[in-house]
Amino acid sequence: MLLGACGNEDRERLPGRFDRHASSVELVLTEEGRPDPSVLAVEQVLHRDNGEEPVTLDPHLAEGAPSAHILRDLFEGLTAESPQGRVIPGAAIRWNISRDGKTYTFYLRREAHWSNGDPVTAEDFVYGLRRSASPATASKHAQVLLPIANAAEVLSGAMPIDQLGVEAINDHILVISLKGPTPYFLSLLNNASTYPVHQPSIMEHGSAFSRPGNLVSNGAYVLKDWKLRSRIELVKNENYWDAENVILEQIFYYPFEDQSAASKQFRAGELHWTYGVPSNQFKWLQKHYPEELVISPWSGSYFFGYNVLREPFIENPELRRALALALDRDLLTEKVTQFGEQPSYTLVPPGIGEFVSPVPEWAEWSQAERNEEARRLYAGAGYTEDHPLRFEIRYDAGQNNKKMALAAASLWKQVLGVQATLLNEEPKVFLQSRDQKVLTQVFRAGWISDFADPYGFLELFRTDYGRNDYGYSNELYDSLLEEIASERVPARRRRLMYEAERMLLVEMPFIPVYTYVTKRLVNPRLKGWQSNIMDHHYSKNMFLLKTAVDGQQNVIAETEDSAELTAEAPLDEAPEVQIPTEEGQDEQFVPATDNELETDATTVLEAGADNDMSTDADEGGVQTGFNDAGAPPEEAMELLDQKTTQVDESAGGDDIPVDEVTVEDPPE
Amino acid sequence: MTHDSGMLKHTLRGLLSLVPTLLMLITVAFFMMRMAPGGPFDTEKLLPPEIEANLEAKYHLDEPLLQQYFRYMGQIAVLDFGPSFQYKDWTVNELIAQSYPVSLTIGALAMLLAFVMGTMLGITAALRQNTRVDYSLMGIAMLGISVPNFVIAPILILLLAVYAGWLPAGGWDWSVASMVLPVVTLSLPVTAYIARLTRGSMIEVLHSNFIRTARAKGLPESVVIRRHALKPAMLPVISFMGPAIAGLISGSVVIERIFSIPGLGSYFVAGALNRDYTLVMGVVIFYGVLIIVLNFIVDLLYAWLDPKVRYDEKH
Repeated sequence: MLLGACGNEDRERLPGRFDRHASSVELVLTEEGRPDPSVLAVEQVLHRDNGEEPVTLDPHLAEGAPSAHILRDLFEGLTAESPQGRVIPGAAIRWNISRDGKTYTFYLRREAHWSNGDPVTAEDFVYGLRRSASPATASKHAQVLLPIANAAEVLSGAMPIDQLGVEAINDHILVISLKGPTPYFLSLLNNASTYPVHQPSIMEHGSAFSRPGNLVSNGAYVLKDWKLRSRIELVKNENYWDAENVILEQIFYYPFEDQSAASKQFRAGELHWTYGVPSNQFKWLQKHYPEELVISPWSGSYFFGYNVLREPFIENPELRRALALALDRDLLTEKVTQFGEQPSYTLVPPGIGEFVSPVPEWAEWSQAERNEEARRLYAGAGYTEDHPLRFEIRYDAGQNNKKMALAAASLWKQVLGVQATLLNEEPKVFLQSRDQKVLTQVFRAGWISDFADPYGFLELFRTDYGRNDYGYSNELYDSLLEEIASERVPARRRRLMYEAERMLLVEMPFIPVYTYVTKRLVNPRLKGWQSNIMDHHYSKNMFLLKTAVDGQQNVIAETEDSAELTAEAPLDEAPEVQIPTEEGQDEQFVPATDNELETDATTVLEAGADNDMSTDADEGGVQTGFNDAGAPPEEAMELLDQKTTQVDESAGGDDIPVDEVTVEDPPE
Repeated sequence: MTHDSGMLKHTLRGLLSLVPTLLMLITVAFFMMRMAPGGPFDTEKLLPPEIEANLEAKYHLDEPLLQQYFRYMGQIAVLDFGPSFQYKDWTVNELIAQSYPVSLTIGALAMLLAFVMGTMLGITAALRQNTRVDYSLMGIAMLGISVPNFVIAPILILLLAVYAGWLPAGGWDWSVASMVLPVVTLSLPVTAYIARLTRGSMIEVLHSNFIRTARAKGLPESVVIRRHALKPAMLPVISFMGPAIAGLISGSVVIERIFSIPGLGSYFVAGALNRDYTLVMGVVIFYGVLIIVLNFIVDLLYAWLDPKVRYDEKH
């Protein structure tokens, strides 16, 4: 029974029954930075709302957040993420990147084992990546593999799967060759499509290998039970290499079709963690569950798209800008979305790596000034009160789309006199309409990136990009994107992305509205996790306390270690900390000369850092508010100027060695 | 020919007539589903063409529609509904096999509860016709009919689960505790309806001549009601229960959502929205067979109960 499993501590936290704030204690940490056993709850069992039912637990068929959350607990990719969302070593303890950025050499942990005790080898990764790319698997998410050499050919069946650019040098060294330098490649490696799978159990069970009892995994947890659309039970994997630091013994994932059902179960003490919260309950939750309600920025943007292939928006950036100006985003986020979403004037949401978006001039204006400019542009485009602009706003059912479309239409009417009509479509029909670019004029759009890189957003407007539903096509923009895709010097790459986004913000094939937030209820006794922009949360970092601690003391045990690992210490030093020396990690294979290794190490450091969030996120109490939302505009612009100068200086010579450039990144 | 052989012939004829109905249903559902815009693999993140081609090949969506239809009919013939597009680790047969017992349990329990409570309340009200008891019971029943499930359920959850903490707020683990709220909520409108039906027909029966005769013979009132009034008073209730059972055991989308119950009802909606062709077809065929068979049984029962609709050699 659900109730029984939950213990009494939860029940005591019901509103009106006990004072919820009376029992705060300090979180005591041991010398290793782990929570002191005396403060931990006796029963380390987590009940997690996981949104919808996961579509599969086969990592190579996985899609959508519900599968991804569970698979992150079950499997471990070459890289993993710290609680703040940094790329940190996973199954690979370190890696080298060749000078041309096209060859990645991964050194696997020798102590890593599958849940059945078999060692995790480089061959497992080769098998996994080939399976993931195989046409027979028909993985929907295999586009993550496209940067790998020959991946496209293998996927299309033009080449046999053993031509994929992955190779096991020995049991513990894996080499992945890329088609071109892909600066965000490391952050793709914690995606389920790249996870290793246990070949013998696939051979034995075939497509049923992901069932409980059959599934052999290499992550911190193993699958114990799966009651379809009821719950998924994971238990600690005793063979996991870091099992001694995994505190939660058992995780229950529950699917919920209805968010208010989940929130009621949370209030009844049956859940520690919800996937979301019911819309329109912000004020009530804020009042009654201020400690439990956690809202934090998410790497997603909500915007309206223009079909620039249809009148009246063809080659009419002024008119497009007029509509963008006339939207009072503060009003929309305050009254319509209501959950602390941030008004947005750009495409790329803040907080992705060190990237800072170019903010258009009008973002600094008051709404009255924007409206005035909007009216000027509107009149300039030939529209008047008697001859108003008419168009259709198309959106799909669900979330706040209808409210948002209504609000936008009425703002446009109020400010400009625009006659916009609304059209609601069933989601799949809507996607088709968008794709065809025949019926659409203005439509609901938005994007949540799979990987922490602005390129994932900028790519949307590439001429031949599949989801370019805007009909936007600009040769200059396309060539900029090509450069971005292959540029390895992070500062220079950021500069290019800045340029590309600025170009978009001038041409305005879309109307930025707001950046997404994640919103959930979390039991204050659950610690060890932090809000992060990708919304990835590994259960292995979490633990339950006996009683709640003060909200400000959300100290994370492993955080400091892992932060140090990626940000301060060169990665090639890491093995000395984590691998017992008697195993002689480097004796078998020396991949590069000392000089090269040094260069590579710097590159690794940079590549890792490029996926980091701003340093603010690592220090502040991230439970509520927007401490980690990125620097405020003025500071950000200054920062950007600094970077720009740096790049310009370095760009003076044509042929700069990589290591020189990377060192020049400004200290923050 | 004897009466029994006529009955048998009628049964066989009825069974045979189910086949074209079912074929029609499958065909219409198959083509209607394919005609819906969008496909199972359309998402906000568009797939590269080579990946889409692989997926279509895997699920045979690259074949001509007619070929897909005959392939599907071939599968159905051996009762294989195929793999689900949405829940990739499971076949449609498994999905139905796992969720149908849940819907059946909740539906059957709700029906039982509704029948027992409804008839008891109805009889009580009828015996105290036009008293305060009658008015308040019927008032409550009217409320039960007119207030929808999605209003009652959250109130019950708030009171009994969130504040009192007596019952789980949702979820399903085959424990009695997890069944109480969904079963009660699902049964409420049916209970109310049965109560009103019972009351009405009971009052009518109590005023009929044969009851007057029974009373005139000096039988005690309790015997009059139990022996003579109850059976005829139940007739309209029984005929109402036929369609009501079909409705209840086929899974309620609303109840399943509110209580997070893994029943069959949600598959209809989820399957259709996701263009999960095989899942929708599987569920449609499963329900189709269920309803056709239930109707058929009701027909047979009528024939057995009521001589007027009996088929024999004279017809």
